[in-house]
Amino acid sequence: MSDVQHHLTDALLMSYASGSLTEGYALVVATHVSMCDECRARLESFEALGGALVDEADSVAMSDDALEATMALIDAAPVFERPEPVASDLPAPVRDYIGGSLSDVRWRAIGGGVRQAMIKTADRTKVRLLSIPGGTAIPDHGHRGLELTLVLKGAFRDEDDRFGPGDIEVATEDLDHTPVAEEGETCICLAATDAPLRFHGLIPRIAQPFIGI
Amino acid sequence: MSTAIAVPGQDVNTDAGITLRSLSMDAKAKGLMEQRAAANEDWVALMSRVRDHQDRAAFAALFSHFAPRVKAFLMKSGASESLAEECAQDVMATLWTKSHMFDPTRASVSTWVFTIARNRKIDALRKQRRPEPEDLPWGPEAEPDQADVLALRQESDKLKAAISDLPDKQRDLIERAYYGDLTHSEIAEVTGLPLGTIKSRIRLALDRLRHAMG
Repeated sequence: MSDVQHHLTDALLMSYASGSLTEGYALVVATHVSMCDECRARLESFEALGGALVDEADSVAMSDDALEATMALIDAAPVFERPEPVASDLPAPVRDYIGGSLSDVRWRAIGGGVRQAMIKTADRTKVRLLSIPGGTAIPDHGHRGLELTLVLKGAFRDEDDRFGPGDIEVATEDLDHTPVAEEGETCICLAATDAPLRFHGLIPRIAQPFIGI
Repeated sequence: MSTAIAVPGQDVNTDAGITLRSLSMDAKAKGLMEQRAAANEDWVALMSRVRDHQDRAAFAALFSHFAPRVKAFLMKSGASESLAEECAQDVMATLWTKSHMFDPTRASVSTWVFTIARNRKIDALRKQRRPEPEDLPWGPEAEPDQADVLALRQESDKLKAAISDLPDKQRDLIERAYYGDLTHSEIAEVTGLPLGTIKSRIRLALDRLRHAMG
């Protein structure tokens, strides 16, 4: 996709390339890279940096029978088959976590026509799919920690920018904004947060502990 | 790029988006390149022999260079010696079993080894899944353009040289990031990485793959 306007930061790409980014954020990064050749090239350049470090690194001697043992692993390994591409309206990383397409997502209504589906990961990052009807605002909220919001379908706008398919918003604590889904198509986003969202409105704040947002 | 300078044997992007290949290569540059090629094993050629002919001697050469480095990398990342040994063997086995997934127009063999080792590390040390980007549907070409392979290799060599020229403090910070000692916000402080040219080269390879298949 060449019309992506909002990209990943170097810090996110380097954290993901080095393997230190937690699984929840890594899922959003991998999904953006699936939709953006520019960030794929940037990611692969950070991986080249890792390759340069491995190449220049000290070495630690392998055990005497290591090559033999490795050949035995190779001989025992099943022939690697490239998986057949699965038809889905979701990029592969999300599809793998959902186990299917958008129609397989189990949505829960969270008010105002907005729906969400939590995605389980092994760490404390909260990852969710959000479905926001055109013209609807997501409740105004601030952040604690890093929040990534990637548009899969449709578009949203905040005070400054428009975010369409493939665009990612990287938000930190100092950003306080009111994203609104564009009129028309329902906006589907993949979002990861480090800490629970903190809503300003009274009702969402009361409901927050119960709906797990 | 409005001030594109033609480097022998390398492609140059012009403003019009046309790719020129400079045909002349002066003797000095050629000699330098041959010296460099002789100093480094041709890992890509060895990988092709593993992929196409299941060549065990070629694999043994790759193993003796990369396995001890992977082991050191894993130990610096916090693995015990026995875990690092076991994982390094797995990594090298994967190098063979997935050899047809390696694309030498986008990555050096070192880089490919690094990505396999990193994924094994996340699996073994952190017990987390590693979400991977969607594969390009057309995969690596069976017979990539040798000029593209050479160009990527030259960029990789230049990157290695640029990294070793960095001030010790900055290089140390980069190493710590890749051994998993830095948080995301600490990584945000790492700046001035010499990645611009290799990124452009990889982007070009991605665009070519898209056009070849489009």
